[in-house]
Amino acid sequence: MKEDQYLELDFTDIITDPQLSRRELVKLLGSGIIILFFFGDRSLLEARRRGRGYPDDFNAYLRIGEDGRVTCFTGKIEMGQGVVTSLAQMLADEIDVALESVDMVMGDTTLCPWDMGTFGSMTTRFFGPALRAAAAEARAVLLELAAEHLKTPKDRLQAKEGIIFDKTEEKSRVTYAQLAKGKKITRRVKAKSTLKTPSEFNIIGKPVLRRDALEKVTGKAEFAGDVKLPGMLYAGILRPPAHGAKLKSVDTSAVEKMVDVRLVRDGDMIAVLSKTPDEAKNALTKIKAEFDVPQATVDDKSIFEHLVKSAPRSNVVDRGGNIETGEKLADITIAETYLNSYVAHAAIETHTALAKVEDDKVTVWASTQGPFRVKDQVAGALELSSENVRVITPFVGGGFGGKTSAPQAVEAARLAKAVGKPVQVAWSRSEEFFYDTFRPAAVVKIKSGITKTGEIVLWDYGVYFAGSRGSQHFYNIPHHRTATLGEWMGGSSGAHPFGTGAWRAPANNTNTFARESQIDIMASRAKIDPVEFRLKNLTDKRMRRVLETAAKKFGWSPSKSPSGRGFGVACGIDSGTYVAHIAEVEVDKKTGHVQVKRVVCTQDMGLVINPQGAKIQMEGCITMGLGYALTEEIHFNGGKIFDKQFSTYQIPRFSWVPKIETVLVKADDISAQGGGEPAIICMGGVIANAIYDATGARLLQLPMIPERLKEAMTKRNQYSILMT
Amino acid sequence: MENVSFKLNGKPINLTVDCERMLLWVLRTDLGLTGTKYGCGAGLCGACTVVVDNKAIRSCRFPVKGVEGKEVLTIEGLVKNGKLHPIQQAFAKHDALQCGFCTPGMILNAYSLLLRNSEPTKAEIVQGMEDNLCRCGAHTRIIEAIQSAAKEMKGVG
Repeated sequence: MKEDQYLELDFTDIITDPQLSRRELVKLLGSGIIILFFFGDRSLLEARRRGRGYPDDFNAYLRIGEDGRVTCFTGKIEMGQGVVTSLAQMLADEIDVALESVDMVMGDTTLCPWDMGTFGSMTTRFFGPALRAAAAEARAVLLELAAEHLKTPKDRLQAKEGIIFDKTEEKSRVTYAQLAKGKKITRRVKAKSTLKTPSEFNIIGKPVLRRDALEKVTGKAEFAGDVKLPGMLYAGILRPPAHGAKLKSVDTSAVEKMVDVRLVRDGDMIAVLSKTPDEAKNALTKIKAEFDVPQATVDDKSIFEHLVKSAPRSNVVDRGGNIETGEKLADITIAETYLNSYVAHAAIETHTALAKVEDDKVTVWASTQGPFRVKDQVAGALELSSENVRVITPFVGGGFGGKTSAPQAVEAARLAKAVGKPVQVAWSRSEEFFYDTFRPAAVVKIKSGITKTGEIVLWDYGVYFAGSRGSQHFYNIPHHRTATLGEWMGGSSGAHPFGTGAWRAPANNTNTFARESQIDIMASRAKIDPVEFRLKNLTDKRMRRVLETAAKKFGWSPSKSPSGRGFGVACGIDSGTYVAHIAEVEVDKKTGHVQVKRVVCTQDMGLVINPQGAKIQMEGCITMGLGYALTEEIHFNGGKIFDKQFSTYQIPRFSWVPKIETVLVKADDISAQGGGEPAIICMGGVIANAIYDATGARLLQLPMIPERLKEAMTKRNQYSILMT
Repeated sequence: MENVSFKLNGKPINLTVDCERMLLWVLRTDLGLTGTKYGCGAGLCGACTVVVDNKAIRSCRFPVKGVEGKEVLTIEGLVKNGKLHPIQQAFAKHDALQCGFCTPGMILNAYSLLLRNSEPTKAEIVQGMEDNLCRCGAHTRIIEAIQSAAKEMKGVG
């Protein structure tokens, strides 16, 4: 799984110690029928490597309770992506109960076994099949029990909606609740279970509305900031003006005089605590602090040159043929450099946590994509054994990769310990922008070549600091090399001036923008229609199919670009899913403003669990992708971040949203692939190509703000004058 | 500390409070109505939207003294006799939400929009919702939900 280097999170800060044993876990669960199961060996290997006492043969389980309800316990979390619905669908279908009889318990580190976190479009892909196998196992156990109970051979029995009956005599029946009553059976899924085939599905593959909608439309859905505890305090924490700044002097006397406000100094943290969050934030402004800010050496303009200079040796991730031969074969050679800026996650819910410390027990409610990671970090910070820490994950108000790190939870726990009362830390919007783990700024250099007849014969690709996901092309190119240079996570010391990390489909937005722009440039130089040019150089059946389907849906009529129509195409692969996008844009040539009018997106994601949920994720990806394509960019000087509010950092709004048409191509023979990220990867490329088609101006840098577009149009005009 | 009297979700209420405090924090912290969310604190995202005398306002920038003698509606007050408001129903039916964090603000902004204009065109809905931000990208379905709620509400009369 080369594309999932995303998995390789840095866990070096984690301490090791014994964990909840299986015996304790089963005791906690009470009675009923319990099926322990296991998915993805990497996560458990990771746990084992760290010498954990975690059960190493399962990392999730389900229970059929005495009331007949089926509950799935998993460390995965719900942040809007809809797995609270799609996982329940898989479980209900395979175990044969109504969807309404399924409960999901997610992201509670005491009730759920260890899980590495929710990211990388992995929940459906890897957790899904294991969950289905466990449900099939549960159904087998229930059938055995029913055979005994009804004194009927198993092959005469049928399960439907939580009832098992004799096919020859339907009155002879028993419910799952009756079978679970008074039982205490624990099984583990071992052998590969027989799963239903698509023709046997009742619930999988059917569009289902979100199961959490009622709570969310009534304001009852609880997020980390909504949890209340008696005597709790709210924190405001003193922050530096820039990354790398050191506190020189501080005067807290004004705060010390305030009634109802408590000042806490815990190591390098200076915080004020109050009974209301607004008073805490107000008190914070009364602290006079001076910082030494290091001399800035790089800003948002010089960053690209800096990255190329800071790059270590290249790491070739894919190669074939011989680059020199490719160069000789090429009639036209094109070398371009693509740039993209730092981009923020900007979830509407900021990082929030509430911590309670009692004796040596800590409970933390956190908005996080990685509750078990938070558990270990909190234990480490408080020098406690990790078994004393419980992390509960309420609904998460958007993650997009930005909540894989949760330093706010550690801050809340430290403060709660210091004052002996529950403490909430909720980052302000400016803290959120400042401490974000941004999508890294990156550079891609491509040299490619085509023959006179439009065959691609050369592809020499190097990506700096974005990461490798999506860097490998899927075209037929005999002589090619793909290399990655530099790290993309954790701020990569010496390269990025602040933290960087995973941002929805990490690396792939950058790589797909560069690749699909370069392909378009070649199509244009070969004077071939860009869809035709791609198909001419493609044999991958899945890719051809999504591309052809998109062209048909859009009503594509071939024309070489620029045609003046403002049509663009791009395609890519992410998390095992194939996507193709076609967009129509309108460019205001005076202002440089781009309005995306229409986007058609086709997707092959293998077996589709919830077509409704899958399409919603595609729409979300297309809408969110407008932002990094057109406006989103962090301005900075050294460690100082200038964009700290939605006034200057513009995320997509209602008026930006094009007509969106999504198509899921049927591919039931392929197991379910990722759905939360793939459809965002083409948005930079498809808009860049559509802008070129509209104007003849090629943009090589994201985001494609009006100034850059106007500059590119001016250059293009000068170029035309020179040519005529 | 001063007294502020107003109607909150249909019920009279009298608070002794620092009147310069923002309504958002009084609702969330003092009154326990956590359906109203903090998103930016600068009136730029709309997560904190509530309705005061039928007008959508940004409660993060609205001092509590401003509600004296007025009627305040929060997301918790929209359910009547155990029944969802048509806008809430439409949001659920159209899957017009993902993470759900911006949803209360979206619904209340739409509520005030439909009070002003019971038959909005799509362009009017877009314009009226423009300053409410959603990061998950549920925009298309939010517009559909508002269009469908408008029809439903008209039918009800």
